[in-house]
Amino acid sequence: MADSTRALARRGATQGSSVTPGSVTPWEYAPAPESALIGRIKPRYRMFVGGRFVDGRGGDQATINPATESELAQVSWASADDVDDAVRAARRAYDTVWSKMSGLDRGKYLFRIARGIAERARELAVVETLDNGKPIKESRDADIPTAAAHFFYHAGWADKLEHAGFGPHPKALGVAGQVIPWNFPLLMAAWKIAPALAAGNTVVIKPAESTPLSILVLAEIMQDAGLPDGVVNIVTGAGDIGSYLVNHPGIDKVAFTGSTAVGKKIQQSLAGTGKKVTLELGGKAANIVFDDAPIDQAVEGIVNGIFFNQGHVCCAGSRLLVQESVEDEVISKLRDRIATLRLGDPMDKNTDIGAINSAEQLSKITELSAAGDAEGAHRWTSPCPVPDKGFFFPPTVFTDVSQSMRIAREEIFGPVLSVLTFRTPDEALAKANNTPYGLSAGIWTEKGSRILGMAGALRAGVVWANTFNRFDPTAAFGGYKESGFGREGGPSGLAAYLDTDSDTADEGAA
Amino acid sequence: MTLFRGDLAHRAGPDSAIGAIAMPCWCAQLHHICRVAALYDRGMGSPAPVALGDATSTRPPATSAASVAVPPRPVLPPHLAGVTADESALRRFLHGLPGVDPVGVESRAAALATRSIKKGSKLAALDLAISMVDLTTLEGADTPGKVKSLCAKARRPDPDDPSTPQVAAVCVYPDRVSIAAAELAGTGIGIASVATAFPSGRSSLSIKLADTRLAIESGATEVDMVIDRGTFLAGEYGRVFDEIAAIKAECGQTRLKVILETGELATYDNVRRASWLAMLAGADFIKTSTGKVSPAATLPVIHVMLQAVRDWRAATGRQVAVKPAGGIRTAKDAIRFLVAVHEVAGAEWLDPFYFRFGASSLLNDLIMQRRKQLSGHYWGPDYVTVA
Amino acid sequence: MAQRRTSTATAKDAATATPAAAPTKATSVKKTAEAVTAVRTSSRRAAARAVSSDAGGGANGVIPAVPVLKTYKLYIGGKFPRSESGRTYPVRGPKGEFLANAAQASRKDARDAVVAARKAFGGWAAATAYNRGQVIYRIAEMLQGRRAQFVELLVTAEGYPAKTAAAAVDASIDRLVHYAGWTDKIAQVFGSSNPVAGPFFSFSTPEPTGVVAAFAPQDDSLLGLVSVIAPIITSGNAAVVVTSETRPLPAVTLAEVLATSDLPGGIVNILTGSAAELGTHLATHADINALDLTGVDGELRTALARDAAGTVKRVYTPHRTPDFTRQPGTARLRAFLETKTVWHPTGAVSLAGGSGY
Repeated sequence: MADSTRALARRGATQGSSVTPGSVTPWEYAPAPESALIGRIKPRYRMFVGGRFVDGRGGDQATINPATESELAQVSWASADDVDDAVRAARRAYDTVWSKMSGLDRGKYLFRIARGIAERARELAVVETLDNGKPIKESRDADIPTAAAHFFYHAGWADKLEHAGFGPHPKALGVAGQVIPWNFPLLMAAWKIAPALAAGNTVVIKPAESTPLSILVLAEIMQDAGLPDGVVNIVTGAGDIGSYLVNHPGIDKVAFTGSTAVGKKIQQSLAGTGKKVTLELGGKAANIVFDDAPIDQAVEGIVNGIFFNQGHVCCAGSRLLVQESVEDEVISKLRDRIATLRLGDPMDKNTDIGAINSAEQLSKITELSAAGDAEGAHRWTSPCPVPDKGFFFPPTVFTDVSQSMRIAREEIFGPVLSVLTFRTPDEALAKANNTPYGLSAGIWTEKGSRILGMAGALRAGVVWANTFNRFDPTAAFGGYKESGFGREGGPSGLAAYLDTDSDTADEGAA
Repeated sequence: MTLFRGDLAHRAGPDSAIGAIAMPCWCAQLHHICRVAALYDRGMGSPAPVALGDATSTRPPATSAASVAVPPRPVLPPHLAGVTADESALRRFLHGLPGVDPVGVESRAAALATRSIKKGSKLAALDLAISMVDLTTLEGADTPGKVKSLCAKARRPDPDDPSTPQVAAVCVYPDRVSIAAAELAGTGIGIASVATAFPSGRSSLSIKLADTRLAIESGATEVDMVIDRGTFLAGEYGRVFDEIAAIKAECGQTRLKVILETGELATYDNVRRASWLAMLAGADFIKTSTGKVSPAATLPVIHVMLQAVRDWRAATGRQVAVKPAGGIRTAKDAIRFLVAVHEVAGAEWLDPFYFRFGASSLLNDLIMQRRKQLSGHYWGPDYVTVA
Repeated sequence: MAQRRTSTATAKDAATATPAAAPTKATSVKKTAEAVTAVRTSSRRAAARAVSSDAGGGANGVIPAVPVLKTYKLYIGGKFPRSESGRTYPVRGPKGEFLANAAQASRKDARDAVVAARKAFGGWAAATAYNRGQVIYRIAEMLQGRRAQFVELLVTAEGYPAKTAAAAVDASIDRLVHYAGWTDKIAQVFGSSNPVAGPFFSFSTPEPTGVVAAFAPQDDSLLGLVSVIAPIITSGNAAVVVTSETRPLPAVTLAEVLATSDLPGGIVNILTGSAAELGTHLATHADINALDLTGVDGELRTALARDAAGTVKRVYTPHRTPDFTRQPGTARLRAFLETKTVWHPTGAVSLAGGSGY
């Protein structure tokens, strides 16, 4: 054994020895940035109306890269007149082409779009990450492939609508006006456009003002796919344009994903118009960890639940409800795990947490976190380094949170987890349901009957048991209570874009 | 249990991590078990169970003076002391460990496998991986010449580049240890020997002890034993425990790797239980596989084992090493394992003392990738030496 | 249950005023015709006399007993309270004749009804679909048993010809039977198992929305009412129903049917009075999950729909004037359902399988 020490001398300082401990090799991830060139970012982007890229009359606005705060591109914004044009184009396309086309052929266009997205997936991932700030690994592995999957799934419905469960002759509604948020720009576009087109509607859609680029690349894909002019129209702009669009007399259906506050305004303004509305709004999901949970996977699920996409997820598991008997173990493991999360350049393939989408959102997260401090919760912040430039917020966990605190009730929409405890399943359920929201919930336990019992009793539209944040075009997604109404995905998602209330040998209305 | 509140930095550094003992809930439950066991010991009402390790009937006949003594029980921290008191306590403990959700651990392993290791990190990772290889030959056809050739390769993995690190150890059958020992004298390279009726483990304890003794007496610096999977699957954890403890006693200061043969354990829950069982019984290493059974070392399995050693350290302050073996053939695979080591167990395991690869063909791929990193172009197998 | 049954003594007493067993259609129509004639020729008192002679077995040549008239009250939480406000309003027949005083429900009655509905909702939603189906079928049975009474009431209150009235009652019974058979089909027709692209079992299942405030049609006081209530409770919701303001009597009598048909108290609450007065309180009530605006229109409908947005209530409004004589589709059923999607991993049963996820 003495020989071994001599041999050690030969070794470099960074190389360990097999016979004595303590020569740990420092482990660092060299930067592994995806190339921004792949995004082929253009200096200026235009709206897409009537099958053509056109200048908007709302002036040019810069869209910035939230990770660097530098300008990414100029985007031509729509005016109200442009929205009128877009609605007219959509109506014309509906009347002259789309409503007359067979479902099979409509489906073929959707299949083409799905393929187009897959073919330009890497480019789209880069565009998404540059414009949104989300880590490239998420845009690459989640957003873009799931967007393609949504088109592929709905393509197949186009000629099978009579089998969707809404009577023998489901009909399209006409022109759909859609407004989508900035957290999953392309994926939300797919969630909205794919079912609308499959059901036979034409679309006018407005992306979020801070993330207009990926949907305009999608427009190129739709153009290349030969989608008839005017079937999808994209108008860029801020909330005023969105408001003008959803209240436009020329549209027949409104679909909105965004905040509950704006959703309420839309519902109010459309009252009495008879327009079909679907809303996918906020959430304050409880992620419930029982003492018999698979703890290591639960920790992963908690991390995934709140730090996926910087917590900019309406269904984020922002309230951790942990059984008191495992609280210390879970929190300890959770902190260790969170400390390994890599925050920084979203383009780096090893980045786990990217940039907050906007200065405005960052200040909202900061403000609510301060409220957590003020109300007496205990803040823990990941020791990860935070870049000097760009909008970043380190992963944060509040413990000693009570149900009455703002951080337990309000949607933070950021990487901030509030931890509450419970003693019994009843108490977990009561706390989980004690919110005006009802979008999603998580359950962690290895007891099957408890999973099904809790899943049944939780007033939430999506319940993940022993997993979290799973999405699929075949699985309905949408909320209870103030998290909105209507579903996206699966057969029930189609109902949002079909006139399911008449022509069903009904009472004439029902 | 206010252990973690108000102590934000309690695991800020690697050293403090060892000190901070997070007592998991299932450890807390053990207090109860211990109390119950104590009652048993005082003969209160129930028949006193036979303590594990005292089952002298399972002891081999004494074949040499060195092996006569009853193996000393591994000394456990107080909160774990009762765990191995008897079969039922052991069973309660192992079955009280948190379950493993297969899809969760597999998706986590898959997600971590997408880490991108570039440039300087890659070179460092390749060197580290080479220094962690237990270069292995375990064939019926192993001749002295083959073993010598293997040892030469271990000493100089890449003759064209002396800066290439040595491997950690060679791994051979017990009757080939003496050859390797002669070849590697003075190199610092470890000599690992499989033992205990490798690979099936189907023999008597006395044979296994003799096998172990042969390896050590021939010069082995590390012993790779196999657990008795049949007995484990039959739920007789105490017997498996006794056997490991007996072999560890036989090993003395020689480091003991306990091969779980995860491919035969069938579930991640069993992998976790077997990992804890081995550590409770005194394992210095837990090792996935013999290499003779498929699946061998997979990323999700190594995740579960890395979680086990991490939790074990949190519970006892002791750091146990891990060795995946079998099926790791490419540098890319090896680096994925190292990423898992780094992110699941922690940087303290990125040390050949605490992590090994049981492999043969892996080494040449590591060397080819290393050369590529240094030269900028790809290499072919004709340019690296076979063992 | 026991509590509810004792509380419905009034209803039972009232029920004995008409034949307990279902009369054949022929006799029923004939007797109703008598009542109709009585109404047309004289007054409510005459009608009451005619009915009472039916029920009491007649008094040939003897001066009939003075019939006991019914006090029309609200139906909240399985009980029949008066309005807490003490208000009533006169209900008149088609020709303006006085029929009865109805309770004029107040904001606080509406509040009480919502409390009762919320309290009852959990148990009803959790009841097996089979059980809910049996209860709704039981409502049909009870309605059948009181067929004659309802025919008479419709003739009186709506001014229907006897045949039309009978058809409306029969259609109401059929409607309940129709929905009784839906309870255990909803999840199968509108639920799904989702073939997601990953190692998960995912299923979507419809669940009741919660407490639904429904505004019953103003002019179709029984069939319209039943057609609105039945789909709401079929899927497990609880209802707070505002009846036709001018024709509330069949609704109160229907409450007696509900009270005697194993429907848990609070699942259907019936408020007589003004939709305009009660509407905004219900539409803004944060513990109501959905509105059925069938029975209101014009500006009130828009105003209530706008109020509903304050807590993102689901709002059902028929696009055209409903024709309740037609077989219903599924829109009303679906209007008060929430789709819940549940996910769980489905790992390979064994490591040895090479799970490969």
